[in-house]
Amino acid sequence: MESALVSGFQGLTSGITNLGVDQVIMILIGSALLYLGIKKGYEPLLLVPIGFGAILVNIPLADLMGEEGFLRFFYDIGVRTEIFPLLIFVGIGAMTDFQPLLENPKIILLGAAGQFGIFLTLLLALAVGFDKLDAVAVAIIGACDGPTAIYVSAKFAPHMLGAVSVAAYSYMSLVPLIQPPIMRLLTTDRERKIVMGAAKQPVSRATKVLFPIVVTVFASILAPKGAPLIGTVMLGNLMKESGVVDRLKRASENEIANIVTLLLGLCIGATMEADKFLRAQTLMVLALGFVAICLDTVVGVLFGKLMCVLSGGKINPLIGAAGISAFPMSARVVQVEGQKYNKKNYLLMYAMSANAGGQIGSVIAAAIMLSVLAGMGIV
Amino acid sequence: MVGKILRVEKKVGDRVEEDEVIIVMEAMKMEIPIVAPASGVVKELKAEAGQAVEADQPLAQIE
Repeated sequence: MESALVSGFQGLTSGITNLGVDQVIMILIGSALLYLGIKKGYEPLLLVPIGFGAILVNIPLADLMGEEGFLRFFYDIGVRTEIFPLLIFVGIGAMTDFQPLLENPKIILLGAAGQFGIFLTLLLALAVGFDKLDAVAVAIIGACDGPTAIYVSAKFAPHMLGAVSVAAYSYMSLVPLIQPPIMRLLTTDRERKIVMGAAKQPVSRATKVLFPIVVTVFASILAPKGAPLIGTVMLGNLMKESGVVDRLKRASENEIANIVTLLLGLCIGATMEADKFLRAQTLMVLALGFVAICLDTVVGVLFGKLMCVLSGGKINPLIGAAGISAFPMSARVVQVEGQKYNKKNYLLMYAMSANAGGQIGSVIAAAIMLSVLAGMGIV
Repeated sequence: MVGKILRVEKKVGDRVEEDEVIIVMEAMKMEIPIVAPASGVVKELKAEAGQAVEADQPLAQIE
């Protein structure tokens, strides 16, 4: 009887005796993410489930990512299969208005330029010794797009999913701090003051309905490996623009997106087990991710300068910074910066065009990267 | 710019300096100050808070 009591008591204390320093650190990191989400308001919809998932997965003996763990269950059905990020893409498509882009089609070039950070960082990551597939996952942080980063890293480097997602989402919310110094450094005072008038081309409904279909067909034929990414975004957008399936559109952007965001966040947190996350590699991922977003901004602004010259000084190069996918943060940054130097400058709508271009650009860049890697026999 | 008028900071007859805020607009969930293109007196205001406006629509006249 006495020994049974002692064993029973041991059952309650074994959690504490099995708690290692690593797990304590991870629980603190999870708490820090919760703090950023709850107290600072940085992407709370993601950081709250991610932070809590990171705490749960590091509870000793609970084994929530083990064979029978409930986090493992959600991870296997949603992340390993890539279903969760794809469902999020449908919601994003349903929420995105490509009208600003269709009004200024030339500006899609900036959305392409804003993706160069991905490829430059890929080379950099390979140079510092990352494994090929790991380097792809690091570089994709430069897409500056959470779901794209999750999709690609879940596919090629699932052990880095936690680090890549945390980097992608934290840098996205830091865009208003990261971009302005780069924008200032690369432009002259005169360029920053260029006023862009209210150019407004009417966009017909037919154009808006055809756009998602045409982009899907062409981009997927060009980069078949990216068809799931492009296809889901554009399906969502077609549902929005067609106007005939309002219920499906609302479900995609609300109920489905909400449920999937909750489960996806938990799963990302669940990948942050101490032995996988507490490595020097994680710091490298964070550092290279930061470089990726800086390089996106650099190439975007430089391309903006080129367009400025080619257009005879009509395009303000600042809008190049909005060629990344962080929507609408970077477009807002451009508006604020532009008005700082010339109060009579309202760049928002042009920046929105570039930003919408960046959203398509990041998905297409990921698609191209996947297809090129497939062609090279790497994946 | 397409958006909504959030506040009108000046009244007809007010004197404004160049770059002084006349109207605050809301577009894409951000506040954007619309400033006077030149110094003068506000002659006419064509916008009121809550109103939705289109690109190129005149909002105020300054003399």
